[in-house]
Amino acid sequence: MDYNFHWRPVLRKLPELLEAGLLTLEVAVLSMLLGIAIGLGLALLRMQGPTPLRQIATTWVEIARNTPALFQLFFFGFGLGAFGLHLSPYLIVLAGLTFNNAGYLAENFRGGFLAVPETQVRAARSLGMTAIQTYVRIIIPQVLKIVYHPMTNQMVWAVLMSSLGMLVGFRELSGETQFFASKTYRIFEYFAVTAVIYYVIVKIILLASNLLARRLFRY
Amino acid sequence: MIEIKQLHKYFGALHVLQGIDLNVSKGEVLSIIGSSGSGKSTLLYCINGLEEIQKGQVVVDGTTVHDKKTDINKLRQRLGMVFQQWNSFPHLTALENVALAPKIVKKVSRDQAKSIAEKQLKHVGLGDKLDVYPSALSGGQQQRLAIARALAMEPEYMLFDEATSALDPELVGEVLDTMRLLAEEGMTMICVTHEMGFARDVSDRVAYFHQGVMEEVGPPEQIFGAPQSVHTQKFLANVR
Repeated sequence: MDYNFHWRPVLRKLPELLEAGLLTLEVAVLSMLLGIAIGLGLALLRMQGPTPLRQIATTWVEIARNTPALFQLFFFGFGLGAFGLHLSPYLIVLAGLTFNNAGYLAENFRGGFLAVPETQVRAARSLGMTAIQTYVRIIIPQVLKIVYHPMTNQMVWAVLMSSLGMLVGFRELSGETQFFASKTYRIFEYFAVTAVIYYVIVKIILLASNLLARRLFRY
Repeated sequence: MIEIKQLHKYFGALHVLQGIDLNVSKGEVLSIIGSSGSGKSTLLYCINGLEEIQKGQVVVDGTTVHDKKTDINKLRQRLGMVFQQWNSFPHLTALENVALAPKIVKKVSRDQAKSIAEKQLKHVGLGDKLDVYPSALSGGQQQRLAIARALAMEPEYMLFDEATSALDPELVGEVLDTMRLLAEEGMTMICVTHEMGFARDVSDRVAYFHQGVMEEVGPPEQIFGAPQSVHTQKFLANVR
């Protein structure tokens, strides 16, 4: 073997890589929060929206789930660009990830709502609760438990998927790594260290998610 | 008083209630018996407006249930309901299950809701289970929890929809005992039931439903001792 490993240049750039890691986390978290809000809306529309809105929601979910995430990112980058709408790399990634998250989460939520028995609604309404009180106090807390772990998976997926950002010029963790690697040609070393950073980020998310679950779901 | 006048209910083409006339006075215990699909549970759902009706009317203490102008959520506070599938709220403790509706529907204070809940849970014999989640309760205990939850709204009437049919046989007794207790306390009750012993011993009147029609109604001695209708006779011969 005639390859000599050089770790020093990578370690020297570690602060920059960690900062890029934070950017990765930021865009993933934001895309999740937006994705949850939109996904919830899409799920409700698919279940009881008026026909045209239901069709739009269904189309969204179909495209988000059945086409490569990279193409979805490209749409917000090059696709909109062709129509003269130029988003910053940050916004391209945020929009692409949000679009994708919302599609997957909508299906999780829909499954969650369908898993809560209709009789829970009847019981709550028979006590005089309004439809909104029934949703907020009885149905959504139960749905949250059902969709919690799939939601955590989606969060992990969002972190890893954000690495596609490097293909639209976004300097998140992978983009930053690519940038430094191409300057020094220590490609393997850079990506090995970055893989470790991704791993640690994901581990932290899983740990936090488990701790939160223990507090939220005592039953 | 609950007044049911010429009530008709359809599920699509299925005519599930075919002109029911029935009054239930304050303090009365009425049991409704009959085979599955005879419309007796549907009648309960019509009384508290969980089901729409197509003709006739239901009047509770002078308020027409299906009138568009009726505040149905307010009216439902007068009508406690207990379901076959007990439907405890799984994410809330026994105490929270019972305290929730007084707090958010009746808007009583948190402390007051808590003391109402404690009182009603003791009432049904669950005073030692306040902080337990439903998953740790037996079916019979969950059904008693559902009774306490309904009682916490201080209803004038209690509607029981086959409250014991989903229970293991050894758990039926504790729920029936709780229902007996309520009857002795003077609660007005309409009980859809398959428990003939309960219907005979506790009810003031028993109604027999057959294919959407109320075939016969009268004191338990009449229904069980000398039923007038052929259908009632047949039904009772089969369940004995």
